[in-house]
Amino acid sequence: MTTMDDQSVGMDYLESFPRKFLRVYLPLGLIIFFLLFPFYWMAVATFKPDAEMYDYEKYNPFWIVHPTLEHISKLFFDTDYPLWMWNTVIVSVSSTFISLFASVCAAYAIERLRYKGSRYVGLAIFLGYLVPPSILFIPLAAIVFQLGLFDGNLALILTYPTFLIPFCTWLLMGYFRTIPYELEECALIDGATRLQILLKITLPLSLPGVISAGIFAFTLSWNEFIYALTFISSSENKTIPVGAITELVNGDVYHWGALMAAALTGSVPVVILYSFFVEYYVSAMTGAVKE
Amino acid sequence: MAVIAEPVAAQLKRASLWTRAFESRNFLGAMFMVPAIAILILFLAYPLALGFWLGMTDTKIGGAGRYIGFQNFVSLSKDSVFWLSVFNTIFYTVFASIVKFAIGLYLALLLNERLPFKSMIRAIVLLPFVVPTVLSAIAFWWIYDSQFSIISWVLIKAGLITRYIDFLGDPWNARWSVVAANIWRGVPFVAITLLAGLQTISPSLYEAANLDGATNMQRFRHITLPMLSPIIAVVMTFSVLMTFTDFQLIYTITRGGPINATHLMATLSFQRAITGGNLGEGAAISNAMIPFLVAAILLSFFGLQRSRWQQGGRD
Repeated sequence: MTTMDDQSVGMDYLESFPRKFLRVYLPLGLIIFFLLFPFYWMAVATFKPDAEMYDYEKYNPFWIVHPTLEHISKLFFDTDYPLWMWNTVIVSVSSTFISLFASVCAAYAIERLRYKGSRYVGLAIFLGYLVPPSILFIPLAAIVFQLGLFDGNLALILTYPTFLIPFCTWLLMGYFRTIPYELEECALIDGATRLQILLKITLPLSLPGVISAGIFAFTLSWNEFIYALTFISSSENKTIPVGAITELVNGDVYHWGALMAAALTGSVPVVILYSFFVEYYVSAMTGAVKE
Repeated sequence: MAVIAEPVAAQLKRASLWTRAFESRNFLGAMFMVPAIAILILFLAYPLALGFWLGMTDTKIGGAGRYIGFQNFVSLSKDSVFWLSVFNTIFYTVFASIVKFAIGLYLALLLNERLPFKSMIRAIVLLPFVVPTVLSAIAFWWIYDSQFSIISWVLIKAGLITRYIDFLGDPWNARWSVVAANIWRGVPFVAITLLAGLQTISPSLYEAANLDGATNMQRFRHITLPMLSPIIAVVMTFSVLMTFTDFQLIYTITRGGPINATHLMATLSFQRAITGGNLGEGAAISNAMIPFLVAAILLSFFGLQRSRWQQGGRD
């Protein structure tokens, strides 16, 4: 995927620096400032002692005079946060793997086996991507309850693939399409089975696509909120977003320091993963839209 | 021929049904589809249908409901909170989508310039989209706090206002506040996908336009926009769908308050169904979103067809 290669429009080297500064760098800098400010503000609140946090008269709110880890230690030792983190990891990893497995099989069948009706099935799966979770969560809650999955990780592991599979399948279909048919034909003539072809030829060649789909699926399931809020009730089974919103607020008392610490530390894992695979992530995002 | 034909026929007979089935594309195809289809039918198609049914029942949490036809919709049509949520949803979607598109396109054009650290800037710009929405919404919640809002503090120091702004306590302030948070979260998605679209436009088109003496504005109007329109249609459909069905931002920042002023249809349906226990009524509210969603998809689909037709595309 080299769609994001540097292909700037020519001739702009003729432009003088001050002019380009006003036209490009200044507005770009302003937009980036606004996009990043909430993260800065989150980090400041995380490491600021309460005394400074609620006193704008004595302390400049933009700076931390006495950095502290009190909010983070409170979060990790006085709440179920480590459990939420653990649940989020388990749920995200499992649902990503289930989705990747199902999507690889489905995309291979639709794109390569070209069975009867595969085009329509492919289209139907894509339409599944357009069904929003905020319409599905009520009937899904009823189903989850009936299946006896309520208030457990399994409820989330099994339902998250509903929004991951359509996306991953669609993305992988695009990748499989780029692999020449001749490779598979040769292998077929040499007596390889379809499964061998998939495992030894198609998958290795479309590894970037599989990684893209995996990273995207992982961040989406880490991000998921409405199902986790609906299907989980006890504190020790919650995921980070739900736990932070429901457990760190006692009536009207907001533990702002702990809330911000939860927001910051809950974001860090996805941001680290994302920064390692940013090119894959971007190509997954744009690939899905451009299809 | 007959000499070799016989053993072959015998071999074929011996080859079990099983191996022959595995050589058939249709059978193999079906087998490969099983995991995906099973999950999607059980947890996507079936709940979608069940949702339609639930919307026509008076099901409560923990009890079976009975069929009541369109009664839920009739009572909703007289429910001022429901209509307020419809209004809020449309307001939220229209304003957030327009601004997201404008800033996103502008940002995409800026990022398409020759820049140092290009890939790093792109990675940074996408951050709001990557970080879990609820967690960044918590940051906005703090930014909008009535006593400790940093926005109010800065404005007071700058001498622009004299009192702290009650961002989330006043209905209209709250509406604009959640719209702003949604824009913040959505701009990166629009910008990065439009940037990908911009980079597929051949530079030779711009060079030709330059030789013909076209101004910047003319190049944008007659090359960039038409070439970008298919991807604009797709991006904006996604963006509108995501905004219209948004739940996380509202639930985190305002929970629908003050006095229902920011309730979207999604948050209202959660409140009625899960918090209030009226699954049937909640499902009816969810179902009421479907016509809007279908309209948004069809609109962009036909828009796309039209623009392709204008460009003389074949499919």
